[in-house]
This record gives sequence, structure tokens and C-alpha cells, in this order.
Amino acid sequence: MNITSAQYYNDRDGVQDGIRIVVDGITMDVPLETGNRHYDEIMKQVAAGDLTIADAE
Amino acid sequence: MSRARDFADLAGSADAGGLTGKNMVVNGAMQVFQRATAATAAAGGYETADRFIMGEVSGGAYTTERSTDHPTSSGYSLKAQVTTADTSLSAAHYAYIYHKIEAQNLQHLAYGTSSAKTLTLSFFVKSNKTGTYTVNLYKPDGTGYIFVQEYTIDSADTWEKKTITVSPTAGSTSFITASAGAIANDNGSGLEVGFGLAWGSNYTGGTSGSWSSNTNHYATTNQVNWLDSTSNNFYLTQIQLEVGEKATPFEHRSFGDELRRCQRYYEKSYGQSTNPGTGTAAGIMQSGGAQGNTTTGEYAGDKVQYAVVKRATPTLTIYDGDGTSAKCTRVNFGVTAAAGQDIATGNSTDSGFNGISYSGGAASGIQFHFEADAEL
Repeated sequence: MNITSAQYYNDRDGVQDGIRIVVDGITMDVPLETGNRHYDEIMKQVAAGDLTIADAE
Repeated sequence: MSRARDFADLAGSADAGGLTGKNMVVNGAMQVFQRATAATAAAGGYETADRFIMGEVSGGAYTTERSTDHPTSSGYSLKAQVTTADTSLSAAHYAYIYHKIEAQNLQHLAYGTSSAKTLTLSFFVKSNKTGTYTVNLYKPDGTGYIFVQEYTIDSADTWEKKTITVSPTAGSTSFITASAGAIANDNGSGLEVGFGLAWGSNYTGGTSGSWSSNTNHYATTNQVNWLDSTSNNFYLTQIQLEVGEKATPFEHRSFGDELRRCQRYYEKSYGQSTNPGTGTAAGIMQSGGAQGNTTTGEYAGDKVQYAVVKRATPTLTIYDGDGTSAKCTRVNFGVTAAAGQDIATGNSTDSGFNGISYSGGAASGIQFHFEADAEL
């Protein structure tokens, strides 16, 4: 999975709600949920040092 | 055949897994292609046929698409076509098409106990490239085990039906029938059925007809390198995995039934014949009030309620009316419509979500399309 960027996003109360990623030019909102295939792939790439998740704005 | 024989066969079929619902494969008849029907490059994801992953890591490339080429002349198949050849496959390279089955739907197999069931996989296949191919059955939960079986495509460009029986004790009595062979009763992947196209030497240590605890054993050394020519194609349809020691007739389901099964894993707002990301208002989600009551501030859309509850909270991709991701269209109904406006998602769960546009052009409502992906 070619993830070119990843950044946490918050809900309106400022609580971390998900990770916004860009895959092959398409932007997606990924829930913070093990078992979601995108979340699992993000964590795998982070653990391998291949991806960094930016803080929420 | 006698009426008594008919009833006996009927009862036997029911005992073996039911007359309907026996097929554990979703979209085995290749009826549903929500993402795309035309040739699309395989990239290790769900690119065309619903519920099927197009695995590809190689120096070559292939596409998949929906085809009307079918063994009974009415229906669809999945067609794979080599577009860049790889005549010398590296050890870590591979190409295969696979399907993941949700674990909680497999509890009747009794894997992990001495009562584990024998399974039968049947499918129609066709290719210009004859020779030995492999299928694999991978069980990822607990201790991973993988079963591999060779089959041959005997005649070029000819539909052939293949049947493969998978005994829980094939090759070992201490794998599937022992506690480590269990499939968790959850919404993860319980079994994965793979159709090998090309396997590098890292993966060809399997013994045909046997389970292995080495989960790199996806294939045997006899597997052809299907990627070796851009002339090569591969067609697949009527895939059925059922309980029992023999293949029964393929379970035909209605399109609506199969679509709803697929929507547990993937759903879109677009019409079924429209690819996600297409610039169109047809089928677009819309929330809003009367013309003129506009705001340049926040507009929160109504809850998007999925047609089918998802396997898990899905990944969401939102598109505006022009087909740009992470954007919506802010509208003053009947007056203006401005695409390219930022949108956030919130309150997301397995049943739906909200789209929220915090600011932008003067709007009395918002419009957007979505994809919800809860695939395994």
C-alpha cells in the first residue's frame, strides 16, 4: 500500500478521532481500530520506520 | 434415479452444509464489481471484483477486469492479463488472486478440534498457458497453517472445472485438528483461498495435498510462471468452498443477495455502474435546507446510514461532485454549487457516519459521495 502521507485528526472536542492518509493520490479517513486493514498497514509501516504520522493540526 | 435416491442425496447435501448458504465464498460467481469493471492494474488490493485481492509483487504486471467469457455462456468471470512480463521471477516475487473469509462465518468447520470438517473447493478456470498451477488455503488465526494443492490446466483456452478436497489431517494430524488449528470466533480473517499465478522460490516449499506450519509454503516448485509472457491470460469463476468430500453444484445467488453480502465489506454512494471518484451528481449524498438560508460557516450533514452494517468501522473516502477526494460541494440549492470545499468525517461506526464542512462558500447544504471500506 503506497501511503504517501499520514496525519492524525481530531473531532470537534479535540479528541483524536482517526488518521487521514493519502494513498496513490486519494485521501482517506482511517479509524483508530485494529482490524481495519488500512490502520493495520499504517501501524506496520510505522513500526518498520517507513511512515511517520503527523500530529493533528 | 429413484425418488428415494433423490431424497437421500438431498438429505446428504443438507447434512454436508445446507442446500443454500453452503458456499463460504462471497462473489464466487464474479457478479459484483463495485470498484471497476474495466482492466485495472493489480496492486495488491481490491481493484476490480468485490472480495478478491489481486496480489502482485514482481518485475512484471497484470490487470484484472470483468469478462463475459464464462463456462456456461451466461454470466461473468474475472479475467487477469499479463501486461508486463517477468520471465525470471525473483525469490521474493509472486502473483496470486485471493479471497478472505470472515472468521465468525467459519465456526461450523470445527477447526481446532478432532471434529474438524473436510472441505471441497471447486472452480472453473481457463488460460492460454497450460501446465501446473497451485491453490492454497491459509488459516491465519492462532498458529498459521497453509494447505497447498496442485492442479493442471490441460487444454489452452478451454474452460475446465477443478475440484480440490482439503482434509483437516492432510500431511499432519497435529495441525488443524489440534487446538492451534482453531479459527477465532471474530470478525477477522479466518481462511484465505488463493489462486497462484506465479511464485518465487521463497514460497514454493509446499507439498501438494498437505498442510504446512511454514506459512511461506503457498505453492510448490511445479507452479508455472504465468507472468512470463504478455500473451498470458487467466479466467476464474464459480468458486465454491463447501463442507464435505465432494463438490456439489454451484450455488447460484441473485445479484441483490450477492451485492448485500459484498456490502458488508465495501459500499459506495455511486450507482453500481459508476466508478468511485467519477465527477457526477448522480446518487450524491445531500443534506440541506431551503434556498437562500446560507452560511459560510459549519454545515453538518445528516448521518449517512449504510445499506448494510459493516464488518468493522470502515475507512472512508469522501468525494465532491467533481470527483476530488477529501472534498465536498457546498450548495445554495438552485443557485450556486461550489466543489472543492474541505470536509471532515465524524461519528463514524459500522452503521454510518457524518460529513461535516466547517467552513467555505455560502451554503444552505452540502453534497458528497463516499466509499466505505471494511474489507479484510
